[in-house]
Amino acid sequence: MGLTARDQQLVAAIQSGLPLVSRPFADIGARIGLSENETIERIQALLTDGTIKRLGVVVRHHELGYRANAMTVWNIPDDQVDELGRRIGAVDFVTLCYRRPRHLPDWPYNLFAMIHGQNRTAVLHNIESLIERCGLKTIQHEVLFSRRRFKQCGARYIDASPRQPAEGRMHSQSGGPP
Amino acid sequence: MNTLEKRLLNDFQRDLAPSPTPFADMAEELGVTEEAVIGGLRTLTERGVVSRVGPVFRPHRCGASSLVAMTVPEARLEAVAEMINAFPGVNHNYEREHRLNLWFVITADTQGHLQALLQHIERQTGLATLSLPMLAEYHIDLGFPLQWD
Repeated sequence: MGLTARDQQLVAAIQSGLPLVSRPFADIGARIGLSENETIERIQALLTDGTIKRLGVVVRHHELGYRANAMTVWNIPDDQVDELGRRIGAVDFVTLCYRRPRHLPDWPYNLFAMIHGQNRTAVLHNIESLIERCGLKTIQHEVLFSRRRFKQCGARYIDASPRQPAEGRMHSQSGGPP
Repeated sequence: MNTLEKRLLNDFQRDLAPSPTPFADMAEELGVTEEAVIGGLRTLTERGVVSRVGPVFRPHRCGASSLVAMTVPEARLEAVAEMINAFPGVNHNYEREHRLNLWFVITADTQGHLQALLQHIERQTGLATLSLPMLAEYHIDLGFPLQWD
């Protein structure tokens, strides 16, 4: 990942959230031996280089009534997948968008987009709107609604084992399963 | 959900400025006191609708991870899901409506370890795995716009 030891300490200190106090960065800094200013500068640098995608209120969709999620999978011609992927990934109700390999003949799909909604109808409506907005009418696709959730733990960025990779945050909870 | 809570949930999912007093900044924008913002966020966190106020990280590029799909006979689904959950590095394990009805993410420190884990899962369950590692990420995470009834 290329994080310095100091940045790893910082990431570990903020990954489960800022303390809800008046001067949270002073508080974080005090834990790891940085001044408030240094803490803010390092976080700004991690935002700038994209290590931190966003800083803000991370909501739990399920608890807010967004109970339905569908993994939509699309068979997009290879020469269009980057462009369409970027277009799909920028749609506000799409919470994850990845290119993955096909496995022919069983699995022809190379693009995955996760879509959340308050219920099944809302998700299906969003998919219709996605097809319309991104010009996907002729693209073969399937919709895989989730049924049971057997496990969903928030992937942590830095773990006891420091090289544990995390695919999908959902967010963790920033958006459900990858 | 009161108006302040709705705005706390919807308006600050990104662009929380790393200023010395981020909650006072939010309070100014909302026209309330800093105490009201901090208190509101605490309540929302306690109620579980806010997971945290903090960073969302870009997925790791180091190590190895993959989305794995399996076709599991309905009668065995729960047992197989449990078996798989017991493996280290298994996350986001869902039943989905498809012939491929079990989907989970698996992570390991190296590609070799990931392949070994998959083989282990196949041996233990007697079922094939379809491994679909991420090749590119297109999503721009701007938070998620909420709708209120």
